[in-house]
Amino acid sequence: MPGPGPRGPRGPKPRVENPGKLMGRLLKYVGKNYGIHLVIVAVCIFVSVIANVQGTMFMKNLIDLYIMPLIGQSSPDFGPLLGAILKVAVFYLIGVLTTFSYNRIMVYVTQGTLKNLRNDMFHHMESLPIKYFDTHAHGDIMSIYTNDIDTLRQMISQSMPQLLSSVITIVSVFVSMIILSIPLTLVSLVMIAIMLFTTKKVAGLSGRYFLAQQKSLGAVNGYIEEMMEGQKVVKVFCHEEESLERFNQLNDELYDSANNANKYGNILGPVNAQLGNVSYVVCAIAGGIFATYGVGGLTLGALASFLTFNKSINMPINQVSQQLNSVVMALAGADRIFRILDEKPELDEGYVTLVNAEIENGEVREAQKHTGHWAWKHYHKADNTTTYQPLEGDVVFNGVDFGYDEKKMVLHDIKLFAKPGQKIAFVGSTGAGKTTITNLINRFYDIQDGKIRYDGININKIKKADLRRSLGIVLQDTQLFTNTVMENIRYGKLDATDEEVIAAAKLANADGFIRRLPDGYQTKLTNNGANLSQGQRQLLSIARAAVADPPVLILDEATSSIDTRTEKLVQDGMDKLMHGRTTFVIAHRLSTVRNSDCIMVLENGRIIERGTHDQLIEEKGKYYQLYTGNTGELA
Amino acid sequence: MLKTLGAQIKEFKKDSIKTPLFMILEVLMEMLIPFLMASIIDDGVEKGDIRHICIIGGWMIVAALIGLYAGIMGGVCGANASAGFARNLRKAMYENIQQFSFSNIDRFSTAGLITRLTTDVTNVQNAYQMLLRMFVRAPISMVCAMIMSFYINAKLASIYLVAVIILGACLFFIISRVSGYFQEVFKKYDDLNASVQENIAGIRVVKAYVREDYEDKKFSKANYNVYKMFVKAEKILSYNAPLMQFAVYSCILGISWLGAKMIVTDQLTTGELMSLLTYCMNILMSLMMVSMVFVMVSMSVASAERITEVLEEKPELTNPERPVTEVKDGSIVFDHVNFSYKKGNGEYVLKDINLNIHAGETIGIIGGTGSAKSSLVNLISRLYDVTTGSIKVGGMDVRSYDMETLRNQVAVVLQKNVLFSGTILENLRWGNKEASKEECIRACQLACADEFIEKMPEGYETYIEQGGSNVSGGQKQRLCIARALLKKPKVLILDDSTSAVDTATDARIREAFAKEIPGTTKLIIAQRISSVQGADRIIVMNDGQVDGFGTHGELLANNQIYREVYESQTQGGGDFDEKGGV
Repeated sequence: MPGPGPRGPRGPKPRVENPGKLMGRLLKYVGKNYGIHLVIVAVCIFVSVIANVQGTMFMKNLIDLYIMPLIGQSSPDFGPLLGAILKVAVFYLIGVLTTFSYNRIMVYVTQGTLKNLRNDMFHHMESLPIKYFDTHAHGDIMSIYTNDIDTLRQMISQSMPQLLSSVITIVSVFVSMIILSIPLTLVSLVMIAIMLFTTKKVAGLSGRYFLAQQKSLGAVNGYIEEMMEGQKVVKVFCHEEESLERFNQLNDELYDSANNANKYGNILGPVNAQLGNVSYVVCAIAGGIFATYGVGGLTLGALASFLTFNKSINMPINQVSQQLNSVVMALAGADRIFRILDEKPELDEGYVTLVNAEIENGEVREAQKHTGHWAWKHYHKADNTTTYQPLEGDVVFNGVDFGYDEKKMVLHDIKLFAKPGQKIAFVGSTGAGKTTITNLINRFYDIQDGKIRYDGININKIKKADLRRSLGIVLQDTQLFTNTVMENIRYGKLDATDEEVIAAAKLANADGFIRRLPDGYQTKLTNNGANLSQGQRQLLSIARAAVADPPVLILDEATSSIDTRTEKLVQDGMDKLMHGRTTFVIAHRLSTVRNSDCIMVLENGRIIERGTHDQLIEEKGKYYQLYTGNTGELA
Repeated sequence: MLKTLGAQIKEFKKDSIKTPLFMILEVLMEMLIPFLMASIIDDGVEKGDIRHICIIGGWMIVAALIGLYAGIMGGVCGANASAGFARNLRKAMYENIQQFSFSNIDRFSTAGLITRLTTDVTNVQNAYQMLLRMFVRAPISMVCAMIMSFYINAKLASIYLVAVIILGACLFFIISRVSGYFQEVFKKYDDLNASVQENIAGIRVVKAYVREDYEDKKFSKANYNVYKMFVKAEKILSYNAPLMQFAVYSCILGISWLGAKMIVTDQLTTGELMSLLTYCMNILMSLMMVSMVFVMVSMSVASAERITEVLEEKPELTNPERPVTEVKDGSIVFDHVNFSYKKGNGEYVLKDINLNIHAGETIGIIGGTGSAKSSLVNLISRLYDVTTGSIKVGGMDVRSYDMETLRNQVAVVLQKNVLFSGTILENLRWGNKEASKEECIRACQLACADEFIEKMPEGYETYIEQGGSNVSGGQKQRLCIARALLKKPKVLILDDSTSAVDTATDARIREAFAKEIPGTTKLIIAQRISSVQGADRIIVMNDGQVDGFGTHGELLANNQIYREVYESQTQGGGDFDEKGGV
């Protein structure tokens, strides 16, 4: 399937705050790598246009100087004519060569710039905080990569050179026209004004219907998406006719608006072309009168050239008005591109790093190779010393408050202590804040108040990459990448050998089903593992965490779609792996949390009960209710 | 393909024919005008005959007006024909999709169907408009201009013939080379964007494993490949403009040189020379246009093919000739049922299933991931057809029923369920269009959904967002159950439909079922033992086969799998996800 992205073009009539500044920024971006190229292109376009114009100028001379004098001569001398034609030919040849050059150079400028933009955008996107992805619809981000980049390609490769050449053409043709005959130029100008006026009117109408078309296209596409997602439900409820009825209604609306939008778009061309012809006639009649009566010294040849010029100025004028439209469209896209590039990346002021360590007689030293032991390298600025703190997995929350936005706190005064090797479980209803707590440990979000310490170090001091490397997370929504099963598991540890990957898959009890896949470990997954069941995807995600072999593991509903028998097997494996290490577990299934060292019961962002399973049962509080399925009164 | 798509033009056939005709009229006017221009110069300007200029100028304006009319009408008809064609295509596809069975839907995938209905249709619409307006116009324009040129002066016009042949050959060569590249490049480009999409969706995984640099490198590499391929393709294309220019310039110079000589020897007039030069542009531009249309149409061929696939897809399941429109009772019999999702080859997902379920029984179904529990129940309402064997509901083979009757009487709450944008009441009424508000409330009470709906600010009028994103998983499941209950079915199937509902509420729902709809056969698929242990009988599925079928007590005594599951969830296995009433 081609890239998902949003369906249908984006809204038209883009509004750009400051087009001039934006254009400047865009040019600067292009010029950063292709500055010289751009200058050469501009020169080439100039030369190419001038070559073209001089050719048209030649027409005047052709008739006046080289043909008229020869008429009636008994042995005409074509020598001067040949010379003139050869001269023009040389200019033409230069024109062709420059056209070729700038077309060729623009390929590199356009594609190179787009490549750089995509790279910069992707690189920058990877550095953005999770919050950015929470607050921006994924479809919108995608459309920057697809639609906005595409409109920009059109603008750089077509609109910009065309605009430049159109403007140069208009100016040079206009100058030539003035040289030929000032009165006729005035006549021509009046016609151009009429043409621009009509264009504006028709384009305005077309624009309005274009907006309507976008709106109904959005409605139809939205409806299609929703109904196709639910098509099986439609079948089960025999709702086909109702579904069709609404579709037909939306589809008819789209037809109406698309018809109108295209209609006015289509008639713009013929209207302009015929107005151009009318202009020709008017100029011919006026020119004929002028020539006959010798007004302004207009000659027959000059009139012929003028008429050609008059014809050739219409096209670039239409082009400018059309290209300006697409430039505005592209600038709106450029605006979105620059806006994502301007987003503030994740801040990382941490300086404590994670290093391989050797521990001898209680003394921790930094090691160059993988030892299986890790330590926090902590540089103290005050006394210019470096200390090493062995990585143990001791996590402490002290009075932590957090809200996704400042006004609405979702966690209040969270206190928790996880000793190395302990298994800590969080239970509570949806929205109680379980996942949020784990997202604070790895600093997907930063807390508003309180402190989180990891092995005694404030996590704000730890470099984010090192902090996250020390934590293995299996997330609620499994995300698999387009690649083989083997590579998807290896994602946890890039240098893992095949054997290590298979061992991890066995530990996660995924080995069995992987081997039954058509190509075993080499089976290619696409579309987020669409052909696997939810349970199988979870097993792969667990295997991925297992191969990473982290000191601290966070399991967020990691086994929710796995049947209880398999879960037990997975759990045994994980327990073995995590022996002596800290594990945080979020689950709504009792069997998953029962054997935890400490169970935290969360409600509305607060920990309301804590203790082991037996203690909590004893307490007969919330946990007891949830567990036995009894409400307080019944108990 | 063409036949299938062409059949959808329907009422827009007239406009589809009118468009090229108007375009031809416009071309004729366009051809006539340079001719008139020549006359203005030769007989008017040169002879100083203002009257002649005015008369011919008047004719030229008439021609321009006719051209204007034809151009506008061509545009109008073309817009109508292509917009209408697109509408019909969408409609025909959508209608056919409504006839699709589950296996048809599986084959195309949801994303596949969406692309076909949206992007592909737009591509075909644009290509069709181009085809109507340009594909006839451009060649005719070229031919006319050629004829006019030959009429004026055959000797000079033959220069054009040579130019057309050479330029045509070059364009053909460029296009044929480039279209292959572009197909490749767009595929790679799509892949690149798909990987961006993956990164956005999986940003938490990327960050959790600190793989930003890794992804960055991977992306840069793929991006560079796309860049290289684009450059390669566009480099070839960049020959187009200068080549065209070269052809035009050569013609102009050739005509000027030879034309000048002819004028001097009185074989040609200056006006005719000017006309010839105008036709030069017409001829070569039209050739360019033809090549452009060719590229555009060939690019939309892939879209057209995908649309044809949907249009030609035959629904796998059809109603029998004389369908039974009443289901007697809720008894279900599986008789030596084998089932495979793939026809012909393919391993059986269900193997030799024999079951006999009485009307009004409550049956629990339990089994590991991939043990084919869902496949088993999906056969009952004939969402798929058995491969061999038979299934009887109410004593009749499911294949003998009218499908709508069967599906209304056998209500399935799917595992992957969907709510639609609309109010809660509107969603509930999917089950029964005529249901009164009281009936809806009643169904919600049974499904324990009433309690949370009541607490919502707008109660039953609360608007559900697309996909039900503003209700929790457990709430969604309960709404889906209520929706199915409104059908008043003889058989109710819950496919893991209470997994996000807490144990206590789950128990209350089952209690309500037992009390309020005792006559309905209930099949409950669950992971939790507590959800099934109270059932009359329980089916234990394993690897596509029935491993055990009996009461809780019997299975606990005789069935190893059941015992293991039970033990792993000792004490009933409470769930914590949601507490009742929220």
